[in-house]
Amino acid sequence: MRYSDLSPELRRFIWPVAGLLVLLLLNAFIAPEFFQLEIKDGRLYGSLIDVLNRAAPVALLAIGMTLVIATGGIDLSVGSVMAIAGAVSATLIISGVDNIALIVAGGLLAGLAAGFVNGFLVGYFGIQPIVATLILMVAGRGVAQLINSGQIVTFHHSAFEYLGVGSLFGLPLPVVLVIITFVLVQLLMRRTALGLFVEGVGASASASHYIGINDKLIKLLVYCICGLCAALAGMVAAADIGGSDANNAGLWLELDAILAVVIGGASLMGGRFSIVLSIVGALIIQTLTITIILSGVPPKFNLLIKAAAIIIILLLQSPEFHRQVARLRKRQVA
Amino acid sequence: MSQKDAVLSLRGLVKTFPGVKALDHVDFTLRRGEIHALLGENGAGKSTLIKVLTGVYSRDGGEINLNGEGIYPGNTGDAQALGISTVYQEVNLLPNLSVAQNLYLGREPKRFGLIDWRRMNREARALLLEYKLDLDVSAPLTDYSVAIQQLIAIARGVSMSAKVLILDEPTASLDADEVRFLFEIMRTLKAQGIGIVFVTHFLDQVYAVCDRITILRNGALVGEYDAAGLTQDKLVSHMLGKELQKTVQQERLADEDSAGEVLLQLEQFGGEHLQPLDLSVRTGQVVGLAGLLGSGRTELCRLVFAVDSASAGRLLLAGQSKTFKHTRQAVMAGMGLCPEDRKRDGIFGPMSIRENIIMVLQNKRGWWRYIPLKKQRELAEHYVQALNIATSDIEKPINQLSGGNQQKVILARWLASQPKLLLLDEPTRGIDVGAHAEIIQLIRKMCEQGLGLLVASSELDELVEFADKVVVLRERRKVAQVTGADISQQTIMQAIAGQ
Repeated sequence: MRYSDLSPELRRFIWPVAGLLVLLLLNAFIAPEFFQLEIKDGRLYGSLIDVLNRAAPVALLAIGMTLVIATGGIDLSVGSVMAIAGAVSATLIISGVDNIALIVAGGLLAGLAAGFVNGFLVGYFGIQPIVATLILMVAGRGVAQLINSGQIVTFHHSAFEYLGVGSLFGLPLPVVLVIITFVLVQLLMRRTALGLFVEGVGASASASHYIGINDKLIKLLVYCICGLCAALAGMVAAADIGGSDANNAGLWLELDAILAVVIGGASLMGGRFSIVLSIVGALIIQTLTITIILSGVPPKFNLLIKAAAIIIILLLQSPEFHRQVARLRKRQVA
Repeated sequence: MSQKDAVLSLRGLVKTFPGVKALDHVDFTLRRGEIHALLGENGAGKSTLIKVLTGVYSRDGGEINLNGEGIYPGNTGDAQALGISTVYQEVNLLPNLSVAQNLYLGREPKRFGLIDWRRMNREARALLLEYKLDLDVSAPLTDYSVAIQQLIAIARGVSMSAKVLILDEPTASLDADEVRFLFEIMRTLKAQGIGIVFVTHFLDQVYAVCDRITILRNGALVGEYDAAGLTQDKLVSHMLGKELQKTVQQERLADEDSAGEVLLQLEQFGGEHLQPLDLSVRTGQVVGLAGLLGSGRTELCRLVFAVDSASAGRLLLAGQSKTFKHTRQAVMAGMGLCPEDRKRDGIFGPMSIRENIIMVLQNKRGWWRYIPLKKQRELAEHYVQALNIATSDIEKPINQLSGGNQQKVILARWLASQPKLLLLDEPTRGIDVGAHAEIIQLIRKMCEQGLGLLVASSELDELVEFADKVVVLRERRKVAQVTGADISQQTIMQAIAGQ
């Protein structure tokens, strides 16, 4: 069976998954202990678990970002929303709220509000997504600083810190949260018609409008989900360090999240989406970071190697690249 | 035929896609100074042939000779540099740049390394005057009609020393006068020795302007003919591979009142771009909307379907007065609209045929009640068969289908939602003869099942064939209504012309 005979769906899956496998193999080669897992105090430890754990915030962001990108939009504000959600929960804790449900609800509500603002601007006012969310990307950090009164707020709250450092079923809690979020969003999108409508709005907003799909509401919805995911990621990050740093929490992570979705093969023009592949994308980014560290290359090369590896993965996915290669090969034969 | 006066000759051209032989050893010869029609149904291989010729696709076999020399265009730029220019139905110039910039894009006249704007505008103006176009060349391209944009595209192609000019469906969005003007230009270019390949669905136009005809069917060459020696019936049967079945003229309802009950009633209904008018559609009735381009046909469809908001009058659906604020309300009330611009407003390009078909039904059921995948497949399979949609797989993205099949999918989408009233805006635009006849038969069948249809069309013969009543619009107002036995091309034309 030739590559060109495969269905488009399958072709989309091959490259991101192959990329991840190659990276993992490379790690096994560089550092044989990479695949070793051990159980201490009922919890799994090892490099693999480390990759999963560290990839969790970006994976959470990527889940929401996938939906936004599927509608042909983009959300630049997720890093700032992380900071806001972290600041809200930290402030709730130090002002004496002890109920973990309230603290988490506060953070999520902040994320929902941010997503609502983005979605409203994009959906109902027709502002270009990159501009609409850029506003909150800049202003969001300001909001977080205001909430924290310009300080780095540290706290001790064991139940909340559990979000970042705890474990469940032997897995770090952030990983469990990614799995839960993934399952919930996947059910919401693929067991109802929402996923279909999201892809429809992305494929053609005009055609969606003509057949009576409420395209504005769909856009509002995906930005809200994206805000919620970002808020969750923000609380995980805050719980991990036991504090909220408005300036640095989630800094530049929106770019990693977008990259993860793109590595997962999604088109920024909108249309088809796959949350699984976006998570694979997030794992690729994190695995790459660990690979570079393990390989012992001087740290100053890190960013360049990372960029080069990502270019290779994106090239492997590009249909145009395949055409060019096929053309070259044909010319050599001829 | 001597090979000497052939400017372009294709020998044994082969192009395969996974599972399909799109071109199977096709020969094609274009002589200097002739207009050569390239005909075939959708999927016959016309577009593939053109794309191979212009380097969009690379060929899998055969040779292309331009003035006797073998060429291998790698992309459209290569082809253009070699002297093969293409003008597509959708003009692909840059709408926001000026006319002159479009004409000289990539080869601007320079002075001291900078663009010499004055010279560029002067030359652009002179160039367009050759085409009898006196335009403000510094105005953006969008200021002009599609017809003029097309001529500008032709002027650009020819001025880049074209030896071969390919016109792909250039007349699809032009009105009769504009077509006549285009033909004049084509004849002038022909006299200059340029070989023109003319792809069209309008067979009358083939006879009006072409010297020779090459017909493709299913990726293979059927034959090459002199236009003068081939009757239209023969031509169509070559294209279809069978004798054309004349669609049976249906018995018309002589008396309007004997038809079903009133489904849609407009009373002094109008909007920003439409003068208030009265109109009614009964169950089982096909009401045609005739008029020139821009006469208000599309505007009326959009108003009724709440794409635009109405500002005057009443709309009654099955006797009840309705005010739709959103297309969703119109859909829920049992209406459907096949829009004029299929590519932009109709299809969900990257999504599968199955998803495109179930989309409206799903939207009507609401997001929570997802149609089970098995049911979706059954529905899609059913309509692919019922409407004879040519595809191997219902999971194929719709943008891989030909225009006619895309239109059938859109019709299927509405039929699956079981509407009471369908508005079809130019349902047969850009669709080949075979699919055309099928869609017209489908329209008749739908109305026999009690559906009310409002069909806007610029093709009079089509309206005469299926309409029970024709409403004629001119300059955004209703000027006449023709019913029953009075419907003929003659009467409609007179109404359009205002006699």
